[in-house]
Amino acid sequence: MKKPIAGGAGSAAGLEVALPHPRTSQPAPTLTRFLENEGLLAAVLLTPTVLLLGLFIAYPFVMGVWLSLSSTSVGNPGEFVGLHNFVKAWNDGIFRTAFGNTFFYTFWATIFKLTLGMWLALLLNRSFRGKRLVRASMLLPFIVPTVLSTFAWRWMFDPTFSVLNWLLYQGGLITTKLPFLSDGTYGLWCAIVVNTWRGMPFFAITLLAGLQTISPDLHEAASLDGANGWHRFWHVTWPLLKPVTLVVVVFSVIQTFSDFQLIYVLTGGGPANATHLLATYAYQIGVATGLLGEGAAISLFMLPVLFIVVWIQLRYLRRLEGA
Amino acid sequence: MVIERKWKTWIFFYIPLTVFVIGTLFPFYWMLITAIRPDAELYRSWRAATNTPFWTLQPTLEHFRDLMAKTTFPRWLWNTFFIAVASTVISLFCGLLAGYALARLRFPMAGTLGTSIFVTYLVPPTLLFIPLADIIRSFQLGNTPWALILTYPTFLIPFCTWLLMGYFKTIPKELEECARIDGATRFGAMTRIIFPIAVPGILSAGIFAFTLSWNEFIYALVFLSSPERKTVPVGVVSELIRGDIYFWGQLMAGALLGSIPVALVYSFFVEYYVTGLTGSVKG
Repeated sequence: MKKPIAGGAGSAAGLEVALPHPRTSQPAPTLTRFLENEGLLAAVLLTPTVLLLGLFIAYPFVMGVWLSLSSTSVGNPGEFVGLHNFVKAWNDGIFRTAFGNTFFYTFWATIFKLTLGMWLALLLNRSFRGKRLVRASMLLPFIVPTVLSTFAWRWMFDPTFSVLNWLLYQGGLITTKLPFLSDGTYGLWCAIVVNTWRGMPFFAITLLAGLQTISPDLHEAASLDGANGWHRFWHVTWPLLKPVTLVVVVFSVIQTFSDFQLIYVLTGGGPANATHLLATYAYQIGVATGLLGEGAAISLFMLPVLFIVVWIQLRYLRRLEGA
Repeated sequence: MVIERKWKTWIFFYIPLTVFVIGTLFPFYWMLITAIRPDAELYRSWRAATNTPFWTLQPTLEHFRDLMAKTTFPRWLWNTFFIAVASTVISLFCGLLAGYALARLRFPMAGTLGTSIFVTYLVPPTLLFIPLADIIRSFQLGNTPWALILTYPTFLIPFCTWLLMGYFKTIPKELEECARIDGATRFGAMTRIIFPIAVPGILSAGIFAFTLSWNEFIYALVFLSSPERKTVPVGVVSELIRGDIYFWGQLMAGALLGSIPVALVYSFFVEYYVTGLTGSVKG
């Protein structure tokens, strides 16, 4: 009878009778032998990636630093001006607003996404009819192009035809229209709402994946010991979920802090430049106005925060690998 | 199972879940209802007695017809599709090779390279778009699809590499060792034994990469200028608004049609997408 597994046993037998090995019997192409070397093979496999990332990430980054130190604008090569662009930006009122907005926006959007996402994850972690459908539809805001869904929101916030105003008015909650996008403070909060709507599913689904790794036995044991729902969450679920949460928050902070499209479509930075974020203001100065040097300097203001966040993430990864 | 009273289930489960579902899906419903509503009904005073905002009695396909016939929208759809597919293929190719090398091969600098690829994953496009626009211009790539096909991989490759590296690590090493004992080369074992096993991981990475490139905005906005070269997100923003006038019916029709392809891809591969999403974070 033949052995069911051809792999191990068959090959051992093959080796005994079929020596010399096929590789030595036929003259192997040089390329094949060349690729047998682990280091050389790795170099070959990594070349496309390193080339592309070097050319379109590392090089632009260095170039961006150079631009930010120069007076380059469209059609004018410019010259080295030191930190002039940074100082100029810092003394610019609109820049200050954009700088503050970016922190405000990131802070509140992240808080909302985390709490609502956690809540939704806990709801989705139970079994109920139609769960797969609900879970799948919950991710829609995240997969649909942000620009397009933000347009729907912009239409919902329309100054004259806002359906939200209509709802609030019919519900007797307001007597005059709310100035959703025509007031700076309202505008920024609207952007936070839209960002939360868009990003919450990402939190929910990722946290749900984390929740599903927690054994139900732990909850059962805790509830036998008399823990109520809140206690079970705080003392059983949360500690086990903390690592996933940290990673998700880091990702989200990076994306929110560097957000561009949402504000670009929703308010365009207005009214009166009150809702700019660093990225949209950098676009306005660097691309719309053509002052490449100043624009590059404004976007580089994002770097310290991103650096800190990435550093936290790396340290956390190291700790995981060490454990 | 923890047992709960019925009214508690309603208050703590059904009601919040319903609110979540309505809140999540309402903007899409609003897109749809706006897209099929005739203009006369669209711009009616919000206090008008006849106002029925949540449905329409005269649904029309006029906005869709105008969008397809009078604008370059079909062209944008094709551009977006072509660019998304091309950059996904490039990224999968690079990510597969790099992910395998980082997961399986021992070579000097492996750790440093892995970390730096991960760090590039966290670099947001908004940090680099100004110098990158300059570089694209000097490579003569401005206003061509290649400007995007070559730059999208910068945020797709790190993610694909990261995801596939995690996937390769779950495949037992013995499989390759057996193949090598049977006389397969290192390269052969990789392409004929490991890659076929990794197909689910490749699919997850591919689907996730496709949706990411379909949704990309800022590079497309900065690198493309002629209307017929644009992608859907940029075209809708820059070409469907004429002057200061918003044609909301057409805009929402465009938003809907531009979302359908990703939504379809997503609905067929929900599980792969979710794996990609959660895997991209945890690695």
